[in-house]
Amino acid sequence: MEVSFTHRHLLDISSLSAEDIDYILHTAQNLKEVLSRPIPKVPTLRGKLVTHLFFEASTRTRLSFEKAAKALSADVFNFTARMSSVEKGETLLDTVLNLEAMGTHLFVIRHPMAGAPHFIARHTKARVINAGDGFHAHPTQALLDMLTVKEKKGTLSGLKVAIIGDIRHSRVAHSNIVGFRKMGSEVYVSGPATMLPPEQEALGARVCYRVEEALEGADVVMALRVQKERHGRKLFPSLREYARVFGLNARRLALAKEDCLLMHPGPINWGVELSPELQHDPRNVILEQVTNGVAVRMALLVLLFGGGSS
Amino acid sequence: MKLLLRGGRVVDPSQGIDRVLDLLLEDGKIVALEGRIEAAGAEVIDCQGLIVSPGFIDMHVHLREPGEEWKETIETGTQAAVAGGFTAVACMPNTKPPNDNAEITRFILEKAARAGLARVYPVACITKGQQGQELTEFGDLQAAGARALSDDGRPVPEAALMRLALEYAKNFDLPIISHAEELSLSEGGHVNEGLASATLGLRGIPSQGEAVAIFREVMLAELTRSPVHIAHVSTKAGVEIIRAAKAKGLPVTAETAPHYFTLTEAATFGYDTNAKVNPPLRSEEDRRAVEAALGEGVIDVIATDHAPHSELEKVCEFEKAAFGLIGLETALPLALRLVERGVIDLSRLVTLLSVNPARILKVPGGTLKLGSPADVTVFDPEERWVLSPEDIHSKSKNSPFLGWELRGRAKLTIVGGRKVFSRL
Repeated sequence: MEVSFTHRHLLDISSLSAEDIDYILHTAQNLKEVLSRPIPKVPTLRGKLVTHLFFEASTRTRLSFEKAAKALSADVFNFTARMSSVEKGETLLDTVLNLEAMGTHLFVIRHPMAGAPHFIARHTKARVINAGDGFHAHPTQALLDMLTVKEKKGTLSGLKVAIIGDIRHSRVAHSNIVGFRKMGSEVYVSGPATMLPPEQEALGARVCYRVEEALEGADVVMALRVQKERHGRKLFPSLREYARVFGLNARRLALAKEDCLLMHPGPINWGVELSPELQHDPRNVILEQVTNGVAVRMALLVLLFGGGSS
Repeated sequence: MKLLLRGGRVVDPSQGIDRVLDLLLEDGKIVALEGRIEAAGAEVIDCQGLIVSPGFIDMHVHLREPGEEWKETIETGTQAAVAGGFTAVACMPNTKPPNDNAEITRFILEKAARAGLARVYPVACITKGQQGQELTEFGDLQAAGARALSDDGRPVPEAALMRLALEYAKNFDLPIISHAEELSLSEGGHVNEGLASATLGLRGIPSQGEAVAIFREVMLAELTRSPVHIAHVSTKAGVEIIRAAKAKGLPVTAETAPHYFTLTEAATFGYDTNAKVNPPLRSEEDRRAVEAALGEGVIDVIATDHAPHSELEKVCEFEKAAFGLIGLETALPLALRLVERGVIDLSRLVTLLSVNPARILKVPGGTLKLGSPADVTVFDPEERWVLSPEDIHSKSKNSPFLGWELRGRAKLTIVGGRKVFSRL
């Protein structure tokens, strides 16, 4: 596969073409083999400094990036806003410029404000990967979701993807809507209408006010976490009602195709968006998503550093 | 001191004039406007090919002094004004401290007099500290020189208090300017709700929030029979409410800013903080409605909402960035785009930039009638130029129009018969 990958940054899915996405997933599939070796490490990025700038809590994304960088032999700085000079009032820009002055080649940034990675990318010579910005985008999550679906379904086109939950405040939903649409699939979104703004249609999603309508015949069902920490005021009356009306359980999932995939970006509120009976369901591929996350992030590191057609 | 402006195309809608004439200014007044004037001892300025009009009045600017002098001062702000062809500006009271008492009003006027550039008309707060709790001393503020009242940047939250303000203002014949925004709908928002909020993952500011607030002011104008002026109209819904109010004969006037008839929310898509402004840049449908309203007379005034911010407030995360953009030096060329596209004619342009703001603020100017103050703007409607930061006289450079090729430029600005700015 001889495609050139010329991006310096990965800021959102919108700036990638379908060919770019295919190429990233293809590279990730190749690199996945490294992870199953007895010594899961290659020297590809020796001497490169990858700095993880995390201004928001994260388990999966941060450790997955760290594992990816280390598997490629890069050096890693782990910066978390707490206990740093950010608490003394240092600006994001100064933080970035200082870490660049220490030799950072690539920033992985998670930030509560939408567009923060774009802002950094305008002011640094280093490369930038968006690891989640506000309600805007989480492109590596969408890529690992697409990799998981591609592995299981053999294709990313012609599928019906249902995303259920807090669509308005979900960067995962936004990036997946854009990504799956780009690859030729239909995306249906549903959830409490207070978190389901009609302008999602502008991104290419079909908005359904009944969860059942979104689930009917779906190939992929993605539940989103109810993000209790993000809202100023309650956008639905109670968790109990949420679970009853919008939660996924075996009965609702039966509306989807028999061989559908059940996905969740984590962390999960069991008993709210997902019923515990789905924990060991054969359709559940949630932990495979996590494994694929490492491969996708390795692929991006390699590609952004120009290791293109290996 | 005599100035003779020779051979310009004089556009003065206050007298229905649009033809080539000579204009003579003497002792700060307009003394003659005729086909050919000879005046011994006068300085003669060749205005052939240029437009000569009553001085532009920007009824909505932020001069930032006192309190935020790193963004703008009264001197740099009025320098930007005269460079843009404005002979007068009305400055909003959200300074630090806010202009809610006579001392601040006098301070502003003293600084303006010392700068000696554009005339400055202070707008004072409607409520003490812009807190929306109790009225300021309208009489004292007027005596000190305030020409209008507004809590600009913040709406008066309670309808009953706004009603009191509109009623009490009648005793002083002071115009009230409303920043129309329903805060409970816009709170936490950064861009237009719709395409921009969905694309950027930012909280939105719905256009209906502006319309709800405008409707309240229209109803209060009906209730109190007191005039209300709606600031920076950005939405189609707002335009429709104002149109209906005017059709009913209610004392409602309105302004919009050049960015609302020039740009749409698309300008924010790359997280350009210079395009972050409140009200936000709206949809193309809104932009068209605002533009059409200028032609139809539903919107009376083009005002800039000149809002300088330094790099400290603008070179940062979009959500942290301050709202606002500068406008004094780009208003004329952006308004001329409407003339070029046939939305308005030159006479309407001068009405929007000069005649109507003078009438609404009840200040001198807006006319070249004999005996009026010699406040005159001379501009070249054709000159092409590219906006670069070095051209900008304002202390701040936060313009979304940087790099734009613009057409039309102020050439000479005369205030009280004195040349305060010249590119001739």
